[in-house]
Amino acid sequence: MTPRSLLSFVRWYVREITGEAEYDRYLERHRAHASTPPLSRREYERLRIDRRDADPGARCC
Amino acid sequence: MSRIRPAGAKATPRSIFLWTAVAAVGAVAWGVLALSRGEKISAIWLVAAALGSYAIAYRFYSRFIARRVLGVDDRRATPAERLDNGVDFQPTDRRVLFGHHFAAIAGAGPLVGPVLAAQMGYLPGTIWIIVGVILAGAVQDMVTLFFSMRRDGKSLGQMVREEMGPVGGAAALLAVFSIMIILLGVLALVVVNALASSPWGTFSIAMTIPIALFMGIYLRVLRPGRVMEASVIGVSLLLLAIAGGGWIEGSPLAGAFTLSPQTLVVCLVVYGFFASVLPVWLLLAPRDYLSTFMKVGTIGLLAVGVLVAAPHLRNEAVTSFAFNGDGPVFAGSLFPFVFITIACGALSGFHALIASGTTPKMIQKESQVRLIGYGAMLTESFVAIMALIAASALEPGLYYAMNAPAGLLGTTAESAAAAVGKLGFVITPDDLRAAAAAVEEQTVIGRSGGAPTLAVGISEILSGIFGGAGFKAFWYHFAIMFEALFILTTVDAGTRVGRFMLQDTLGNIWKPIGRVSWKPGLWGTSALVVLAWGYFLYSGVSDPLGGINQLFPLFGIANQLLAAIALTLCTTLLIKSGKLRWAWVTAVPLLWDVAVTLTASWQKVFHDDPKIGFFAQRARYADALAAGKVLPPAKNLDQMHTVVVNSTVDGVLAAMFALLVLLVIGNALVVCVRAVRAREPLPTAEAPYVESRIVAPSGLFSTAAERRAPAYAGAAEGPGAGAAGRGEEAQTP
Repeated sequence: MTPRSLLSFVRWYVREITGEAEYDRYLERHRAHASTPPLSRREYERLRIDRRDADPGARCC
Repeated sequence: MSRIRPAGAKATPRSIFLWTAVAAVGAVAWGVLALSRGEKISAIWLVAAALGSYAIAYRFYSRFIARRVLGVDDRRATPAERLDNGVDFQPTDRRVLFGHHFAAIAGAGPLVGPVLAAQMGYLPGTIWIIVGVILAGAVQDMVTLFFSMRRDGKSLGQMVREEMGPVGGAAALLAVFSIMIILLGVLALVVVNALASSPWGTFSIAMTIPIALFMGIYLRVLRPGRVMEASVIGVSLLLLAIAGGGWIEGSPLAGAFTLSPQTLVVCLVVYGFFASVLPVWLLLAPRDYLSTFMKVGTIGLLAVGVLVAAPHLRNEAVTSFAFNGDGPVFAGSLFPFVFITIACGALSGFHALIASGTTPKMIQKESQVRLIGYGAMLTESFVAIMALIAASALEPGLYYAMNAPAGLLGTTAESAAAAVGKLGFVITPDDLRAAAAAVEEQTVIGRSGGAPTLAVGISEILSGIFGGAGFKAFWYHFAIMFEALFILTTVDAGTRVGRFMLQDTLGNIWKPIGRVSWKPGLWGTSALVVLAWGYFLYSGVSDPLGGINQLFPLFGIANQLLAAIALTLCTTLLIKSGKLRWAWVTAVPLLWDVAVTLTASWQKVFHDDPKIGFFAQRARYADALAAGKVLPPAKNLDQMHTVVVNSTVDGVLAAMFALLVLLVIGNALVVCVRAVRAREPLPTAEAPYVESRIVAPSGLFSTAAERRAPAYAGAAEGPGAGAAGRGEEAQTP
């Protein structure tokens, strides 16, 4: 692995694990399925994080 | 579509050589551990024994379980593929999911348990952590994950109800809820013991609240969704807060942050209540990001520290406490109590709650349960090994001065040194004062709970590499901060999960409580959950016998009994699906776990030594109380009352946990006998077969054959592949 590809892997990994890449994926999906304009990033992130109100996800000991 | 065989499936001369070498390294390391007596050995041998064993177990045993026992089938679509909704069901790259799953299962448990178990010497702990994870812990996680994945991500409780029946289901639900309460109480107790009369620690932990609030607002209002930016800012502020704590300690403000354990209990309970009713975006989510970053960073740092510093172990291999059961940290002999104390890190029932629920809904390919279920648990086990090393590298005298109950040690350096001397270890009062001064704490005496001991161990290791002796205090508080931070995250999330369970159950009796949006119901149930764990926290703080000494065994028993429920479910499902001949894979760890845990419960309830049996303890103190006498370490009649009440409650709980688990096992036996007698396999709630359309690697690295497949979905193997990785899944209708 070259330093460059390592760097791009790390960038990809951090974006995935923090959920930053989710909005891009949402746009991709949206384009494929719907004709209405997609949610803005602000609206989307709001919905995404508020879902955790109902499902906070357990953290172990 | 042809089945893709993972890398290494064929034995080439190269792989035979490689695995022989790995086995040799592990065997030599085990040999050194087994044969060295009396001389101080290097921690490197522990690391080599662990890593060698993990590698062999992962390569051979987990593959055997995946293929033969479970029969993972990559032609079968996972729920993530079938039900993909972009919300909770989403095929997620295996390495990303590994990260999520590991972050969810790893917490304070694997750090605290091994530190306490070090009183039996480093060898029993090491053996149980390594053998336990390979044969029991990682197996439980992987098999539970597999069965939940085959049932569209159903939770442990749901699976028990559907596959065994309503009695087992109700018992499991009650067990899960009460275990959660004990868990939260004990974890909060660890935090309280770490922060009591430590202005530095209290200040830096208190600062995490405004930092998290700021990050929450940043992510909501200023720059929505920019988690990386917010986390970098948050972690920088956190490091500033740790450094700032050192300044606070020397300033006139120190008094405001020097809190008694009782005050800290009130603060934690109030915090817990507000944290669980505030919207997630404001406090929980940003705190979760912070704690995950700190967790991964610190574990990485510790691994580097242990490998580079390679400390010598000052602890004995096996101490006399392992046999006589008179250990000051927790009472009872090696069997069963070392297995109860090292709960997480070897076998943790709590993981079954994570492995059924979120993770199975995101898995791309069935074969990935091996990497995610088995692999993540091996990693957690390694964290436990590092904690054991950090504790065993300390001078034993210091270890006991920190971990024996306060009632035994007294409050001065002289009394503590004398008490440690009576236990058979040497430390001078000046050494104790110097140890406290090195980490800039008022005292290190009686700082039980594991966290302060681990923090001293970490500060010794890390200051040897980064910063020198002058940085000891920084690293100590860094370690305290990191443990407290993710314990608070667990408390926060756990309170919410407990609240949902309570709302769900009470909603069956009176509908409005079940409504998640009905505020009075939400506040009421949150308050109930907080008060429940707050009660155990308070009783732990005020117990003259030492809260950790009393409660940690209860927590360990609870966690292991939860594991028994999970393993019972796994065994039942294997038998129900016609795999009786492979049922030993989960049945053997189940039998061991049940033997250990029921022995421990039995001793905790019925043992006539008042140090071990809760009811013997109750009788001893109640008799003295009736005669108007005060027994040490209690100092007055009020404390005598406290002991009587606490030992009654603890004894009743230990008995209740054991009975609930026996109920579940009894229920399972009925189902298993029926399944064995039936001519055809009994119906299970498994979701029907649907052919998969995606191909993704099953192991950590992809193979050439996988990459050649037309529907390959492994992302970012090389530069620029980032966003394209998910392209294939979008085609599924």
